[in-house]
Amino acid sequence: MEWLLALVIGVLTATGVYLTLRARTFPVVLGLTLLAYGVNVFLFAMGRLTIGRPAIINPATEMYSDPLPQALVLTAIVIAFGMTAFLIVLALKARSELGNDHVDGLDLAKDERPLEKTNFTEEQKQHSKSIQQESKE
Amino acid sequence: MHLAAWPVFLPLIAGFIVLFAKAKGLLWQRTINLLAVSGLVVLSIALIKESSSGVLQVYLLGNWAAPFGIVLVLDQLSALMVGITSVLALASLVYAIATDTDKNGAHFHVLFLILLFGLNGAFLTGDLFNLFVFFEVLLLASYGLLLHGGGRLRTKAGLHYVIINMVGATLFLFAVGALYGILGTLNIADMAAKVAVLPEQDLGLVAAAGLLLLVVFGIKAALFPLYLWMPIAYSNTAAPVAALFAIMTKVGLYAIIRVHGTVFGDTAGTLANFYMPWLLGLGMLTLILAALGVMAAGRLREQVAYLVLASVASLLIAVGLNNPLALSASFYYIIHSTFIAGGLFLLADIISRGRGSYDDRLESGYAMPDAILIGSMFVFGAIAITGIPPLSGFFGKVLILSASLEHQWSGLVFAVILVASFLMVITMARTGSLLFYDVLPGNGTDTNSNGNDISSELPNRVATIVVISLFALSPLLVLFAQPITAFTESVAKQQFDSKHYIESVLSKQPVEAGKE
Repeated sequence: MEWLLALVIGVLTATGVYLTLRARTFPVVLGLTLLAYGVNVFLFAMGRLTIGRPAIINPATEMYSDPLPQALVLTAIVIAFGMTAFLIVLALKARSELGNDHVDGLDLAKDERPLEKTNFTEEQKQHSKSIQQESKE
Repeated sequence: MHLAAWPVFLPLIAGFIVLFAKAKGLLWQRTINLLAVSGLVVLSIALIKESSSGVLQVYLLGNWAAPFGIVLVLDQLSALMVGITSVLALASLVYAIATDTDKNGAHFHVLFLILLFGLNGAFLTGDLFNLFVFFEVLLLASYGLLLHGGGRLRTKAGLHYVIINMVGATLFLFAVGALYGILGTLNIADMAAKVAVLPEQDLGLVAAAGLLLLVVFGIKAALFPLYLWMPIAYSNTAAPVAALFAIMTKVGLYAIIRVHGTVFGDTAGTLANFYMPWLLGLGMLTLILAALGVMAAGRLREQVAYLVLASVASLLIAVGLNNPLALSASFYYIIHSTFIAGGLFLLADIISRGRGSYDDRLESGYAMPDAILIGSMFVFGAIAITGIPPLSGFFGKVLILSASLEHQWSGLVFAVILVASFLMVITMARTGSLLFYDVLPGNGTDTNSNGNDISSELPNRVATIVVISLFALSPLLVLFAQPITAFTESVAKQQFDSKHYIESVLSKQPVEAGKE
């Protein structure tokens, strides 16, 4: 069972790291989610692997499993859930405001030009159009 | 009275009240927020007084004895950090209200108070997992504040900031999990006690987890190579938020001092201070890169963000020197750099409003209204942050350098700090002359050659007073240098005495039923 659990943590983390390093926001969101899953399983394993033992005091049993990692995982799940929800909304906002779904957004040199803060340049419009067409295809 | 718990709960309770006061209008929200933050300032003065006796105030949440429950620990360091935070928060709140920044979005005041809740919690907690939770609280509030007001560049910067901090949260959990798996505890004091008697085969794993934790705190403190998010995020957010964020990088630094200093301090046996060379080396690299960043910045806000980075890097060097004198110098420098950096962010906003469509880009524009006053303030701030005599930046750097004399790397530390300061002095002189001397003819009321409207704004009087009062703390720090350094020395002494910390936390008994 140990090697299976180690494998699960390893695969989840490796996939998560790979996806987090991608250039577009959706794979990054997925990657962060997978990383969060990986770390949750890891936290769980830190209470040592036990089978059929209760975490809550029960006069009939002698051996317990460690209840603390379970509480930690619960907290971590809630936090990761909230953060992911926020990130998805932010990614959608970035998609609509920047005109594409690249994590790096628009070319910074174009953004820094004066008085174009609210108006897209022709080049940028073309760029976002071509991306929209790509995604349709 | 449990004084230690109040700085955590006051902003939380006030935050809820402000949320419900939204129906009553902005005036109510502003009043309640101002009252709460002023209350925090008063409270933090009481905390500093209370903690100066040298006795640690330990508050057991839910009346569970350490290490089984979560503890809040008030010592001089946490009292000092809470104090700095509340004064800075008051200044940036007044600025936000004076310039109507809080009108640009829905929940500015709620997020502001929740950020303070997270910050104070992080400063006071004595539990590693609780520190993680407070980090997440303050980060979530800071995401909201960073995006406050909207705008494309802000959204992009916010996206980077959120993603890197989510990666940081995951790494934090890996480190916490690994430490719990070996040490079987999450209480910082108990961890320190367990690390001292660690069997040899576990040393490597604990050291790895400790360094992973250093990476996590390094992201918060903007340590090389994890600083790239920071200038972008800070330079694109609203000015009062950026000013408040001047304390956010110091949270990472505080966490390094608190967690690593206690768990891997002098009591840790084989692992004692094993992370220090990393901190010192990376701190010096960060300082050099920050100085180059200051030179390369194309906008004033970006420049100020790099100056903040440079001040954090100097602090990391001071902590990495690992002696009580250097730590005391770093506490002095924290007080100085937080207020001056916050003031500079606000001043950059005043300047960019004054320059109309030229914004804060570093190129010649028309003379701004009230240029003499604003220019004098800029000179003052630049002198303070780059460390030229006679202001507190110089004094702080002298303290750090004199503390480094006995370290084996002292030559390198001297060279790095002095060269970086020199580069920053030159650059700030160039920035000042560009903004205030090298102005285009005309007064800027008409349109420029491209036919663009130039709408410069008169400086807001309250906002100007806020910046002046933040800057005024710098000469005060010099005038009262003797009592302040005496105070920071006692803070550093207490922080180095991790045995006392461990004993105080672990010996605290829960109150019995019926007794207060």
